[in-house]
Amino acid sequence: MTTPLLSLQGLTKAYPGVVANDHVSFDIGEGEVHALLGENGAGKSTLVKMIYGLVKPDSGTMLLRGQPYAPAEPRAARADGIAMVFQHFSLFDALNVAENIALGMESPPPMGDLASRIREVSETYGLPLDPYRRVGDLSAGERQRVEIIRCLLQDPKLLIMDEPTSVLTPQEVDILFETLKKLRSEGTSILYISHKLEEIRTLCDHATILRLGKNVGECTPSETSARDMAEMMVGSALQTPERSGREFGPVALDVSGLSVPSPSEFGTALKNLHLTVRKGEVLGIGGVAGNGQDELLGVLSGEILTDADAIRFNGQPIGKLGPTARRRLGVLTAPEERLGHAAAPDMSLTENALLTGSVRESLEKNGFLKWADTRVFAEKIIQAFDVRTPGPENAARSLSGGNLQKFVIGREVLQNPEVLVVNQPTWGVDAAAAAAIRQAILDLAAKGTAVVCISQDLDELMEISDSFAALNEGRLSAPRPTTGLTVEEIGLMMGGAHGMEVAHV
Amino acid sequence: MDFGEINPVLLLASLMVAATPLLLAAIGELVVEKAGVLNLGVEGMMIVGAISGFAISVETGSPWLGFVAAAVGGALLSLLFVLLTQFALANQVASGLALTLFGLGFSALLGQSYVGIKPPSMGDIHIPLLSDIPVIGPILFQHDPILYVGIALTAAVWATLKYTRVGLILRAVGENHDAAHALGYKVIKIRIMAILFGGACAGLGGAYISLIRVPQWTEGMTAGVGWIALALVVFASWKPWRALLGAYLFGGITVLQLNLQAAGVAIPVEYLAMSPYIITILVLVILSADKSSAPASLGRTFHASH
Amino acid sequence: MIVLEKRPQPSKAWSYATPLVAVLATMVFGGLLFAILGKNPVEAIGTIFWEPLFGEFSFYYRPQLLVKGAPLVLIAIGLSLGFRAGIWNIGAEGQYIMGAIFGAAAGLAFYPLDAWYVFPIMVIAGAFGGWIWAMIPALLKVRFGTNEILVSLMLVYVAEQFLASMSLGLLKNPEGFGFPGSRNLQSYESAHNAELFAGTGMHWGVVAAFIAVIFAYVLLNRHMLGFHIRLTGEAPRAARFAGVNPPRLILFCLGLSGALAGLAGMFEVSGPSGVVSIDFNVGYGFTAIIVAFLGRLHPVGILLAGGLMALTYIGGEIAQSQLGLPAAAIQVFQGMLLFFLLAFDLLTNYRIRAARSEVA
Repeated sequence: MTTPLLSLQGLTKAYPGVVANDHVSFDIGEGEVHALLGENGAGKSTLVKMIYGLVKPDSGTMLLRGQPYAPAEPRAARADGIAMVFQHFSLFDALNVAENIALGMESPPPMGDLASRIREVSETYGLPLDPYRRVGDLSAGERQRVEIIRCLLQDPKLLIMDEPTSVLTPQEVDILFETLKKLRSEGTSILYISHKLEEIRTLCDHATILRLGKNVGECTPSETSARDMAEMMVGSALQTPERSGREFGPVALDVSGLSVPSPSEFGTALKNLHLTVRKGEVLGIGGVAGNGQDELLGVLSGEILTDADAIRFNGQPIGKLGPTARRRLGVLTAPEERLGHAAAPDMSLTENALLTGSVRESLEKNGFLKWADTRVFAEKIIQAFDVRTPGPENAARSLSGGNLQKFVIGREVLQNPEVLVVNQPTWGVDAAAAAAIRQAILDLAAKGTAVVCISQDLDELMEISDSFAALNEGRLSAPRPTTGLTVEEIGLMMGGAHGMEVAHV
Repeated sequence: MDFGEINPVLLLASLMVAATPLLLAAIGELVVEKAGVLNLGVEGMMIVGAISGFAISVETGSPWLGFVAAAVGGALLSLLFVLLTQFALANQVASGLALTLFGLGFSALLGQSYVGIKPPSMGDIHIPLLSDIPVIGPILFQHDPILYVGIALTAAVWATLKYTRVGLILRAVGENHDAAHALGYKVIKIRIMAILFGGACAGLGGAYISLIRVPQWTEGMTAGVGWIALALVVFASWKPWRALLGAYLFGGITVLQLNLQAAGVAIPVEYLAMSPYIITILVLVILSADKSSAPASLGRTFHASH
Repeated sequence: MIVLEKRPQPSKAWSYATPLVAVLATMVFGGLLFAILGKNPVEAIGTIFWEPLFGEFSFYYRPQLLVKGAPLVLIAIGLSLGFRAGIWNIGAEGQYIMGAIFGAAAGLAFYPLDAWYVFPIMVIAGAFGGWIWAMIPALLKVRFGTNEILVSLMLVYVAEQFLASMSLGLLKNPEGFGFPGSRNLQSYESAHNAELFAGTGMHWGVVAAFIAVIFAYVLLNRHMLGFHIRLTGEAPRAARFAGVNPPRLILFCLGLSGALAGLAGMFEVSGPSGVVSIDFNVGYGFTAIIVAFLGRLHPVGILLAGGLMALTYIGGEIAQSQLGLPAAAIQVFQGMLLFFLLAFDLLTNYRIRAARSEVA
């Protein structure tokens, strides 16, 4: 057997309260695409941060081509031929593509030379990119290209990719895979982090599975069924949400001809949006991040005001009503960003219950607050949604992501909404909590609530929604019934390949 | 009104002098803000620079040493801001205010024995040939050296930010400190350097007031110039040459109102004296529509968790 | 190597302890400063903190505590509401001046009429003066997004010039033999903010300060508006999501802090000071910023911090006359207090741990 490119031996890293990695060992061979598989919170990110020199292990060693390897900082890792494409891009909106790429290099050539190198590499690997465009103006897929090209210019031996497909349409994923296969054929090793099993089965040569910080198994993905891998990942068989046959009532939410500019500089404007949701219906809205999801939620929650007639609730125009007035009517929302948008991090759960609950739960009288009632409401949410916390006086930021998400969704669900709009309801949430949240949404719909679920997780949308539409650059495709929809059709609704091309292999 | 007593050549020449403290302080703060830090302590650092420069040049007889001391004094005071905001992670607005309040008191304490003294003069440099050109010569080429240092500094900051790797890294840190950290750049270290540079520049600006423009020491003599410099950075949209332009504009207003006071126009002195502040507000209003060029991480505290 | 570790939630204990630790640290370093100035540090600190309360002439100084503390508390309460919401009014000094000018002008307009309603009108005029001055940055911020810090501060300099113009012009005492400054309101019965009980220092401004403390306490802890103020400061996006109207909040917070600063100025000019003059303002508007932070932006805390700061003012004056401690030393002392407070505040939200070296 030849020496592996990188060998991890007994890597351990503990943070207060959690052991993020517990004696993790595995090898990555030369020219191998190695998958690192695991749920959110399994310790994948910590592990790659150790490889990339952002975090130092408490114990354990790494060997790079048999030599001890302990990068003190990312710069050292890059010098040793290790490059990383981050899940949340480490890009600078106000700088142009070439400047962004220069920042990721040790000794970049002069700007002019760099720009032509960028053009050259981007054409070779089928990732077209203009070096002088401002990064803030690029789409999510294009931003990922910046990261990838930044890595490729370093001529890496090991390329780490953290959940790269979460921002791509299915067609773009195919193109990315062509690029990665070309890299492999040139001898580059790839460490591919994901929780999407089908992707791993098509792309990866070998897989290591992490659960709760421990290495729980290895397999050859092409020879292992997705189901087996899922069970290794989760540790037990998963329950899928129940959906009972539903009768749809009259239209509850009617959006027509909605156009608004984005409130933020690098946001996406919504352009001529149409959608209707009937009582008891779940409308799933898919699309790659950054195509107007936040703006759509803001428009429906009342944070962004529009023409009165653009949004109607039970026939009544509500486009000019603010969040409080909409809550009074029964239009409730749960934004994507838990800390800082849906909840105030440093405030207690009781105070956070008041944040959206004051109107419908009558937690105030003439402006004066009823703290006792508010506390009862907070406790009700904690109990009904199994939120793990010592009590409602704890700060929101002390909760884990999944628990806080259950609290945020529970807070809206328990207020008996007429219309509920959720954005990324299970993002970054462990499988059990995600299943509970999806079940709660379905139960609510069964009781006659009209639900809009915005999500980038297509599996989730297929599981819970009755009809599906996709957001693409601020435009919404015409909704279609979910049954019978194919992945290709969904991909086309999401905007196809966004002008990407297959690598010239 | 009688404008006859105002000599336009002298007016323009003194405009450049009046603008220099503003320019020095604003260029320093511009670099600080480009790195994503909002230091509202400019006024405090200026006044400390004013007294340290004054004291040292009186004691040593050398205005040059005075300016060096002013830069050191301003930088030392900004070190307190560094401790508060970069290590103790305190709110930048509150810390900047603390710096100003402390600096005003501290300078008054230091300056007690220097009231009413005349500092050694620096003397103007006469650039051969150029300074002999009529009209333009006296306006542009017969000033003290520090005034030219200010202009050179503007050019240097512009070129550094635009063309060098250090400038690129500085801008990156101010734009998105988390991303810069993820790439392995030392966010805190870069910010500390920027803050110290800003402190030194503010100190120079302060000393320019006490050693050249006035030249004398009185308590609180910066009289809001530091705050106007902060406004100037906004006015300049974080661009060095626009800061120069803005400084000359404000310098012009200050000089003009002083000349009008001296000329004894019908407008009461107090209303003339408040005009630079009112014009600052007006300029802020006109320019506040465009926030796009502000560094995106401006004023946000950075703490690397993992 | 030492690392900071964010606490899962803010520490209650430290949030109470930091002001005390900051005061202690200031005493130590202040003492050091006094020693450098050639004074006995123990004696100097003793003079500042002990003399006014328990010294030989405390019967005279104790009432002064109320007189100096009231404007500080009144202004700081207003500022703290804005600071909590992330709205930075740092031009209270200007609003204080305008309140005094408006209040005094209203009173002097009636001179020498003797009527019960003169003083209430002055109170309203004073609050209005401060309010209108604060509405300038408020409206500019709401309408154009102009930075309120810079505008409110610029307006301090404008107000100072206006004060000069008033005391030399319109409000100058016609019987003052050409000296600058207005008539003395202390000798105009109907307009005089006299002590309510002789020898206690208790005047209407002190009453107003206490009312403001209670009002702010109820607002912040029991009322939706107070909740929205806190929410806006903690998480602006969540506040918008909760239905807060940011422009309205800006107008409210700046307007209220301006009105309170105006009231403070009005009570001062009609009481302890008596005269509109060029050197009427002594920096209460800026010291109140320290008071607000020292009191942790909490009404009760501000009350205590106002008392403490008044103590350093009075003690400082005593130290000045008895020990020859320069006036500026006290200013430095106060500035130091704010420094230490901000620095130690770290302990509320972070734990300090010794750790092996790590890429931070």
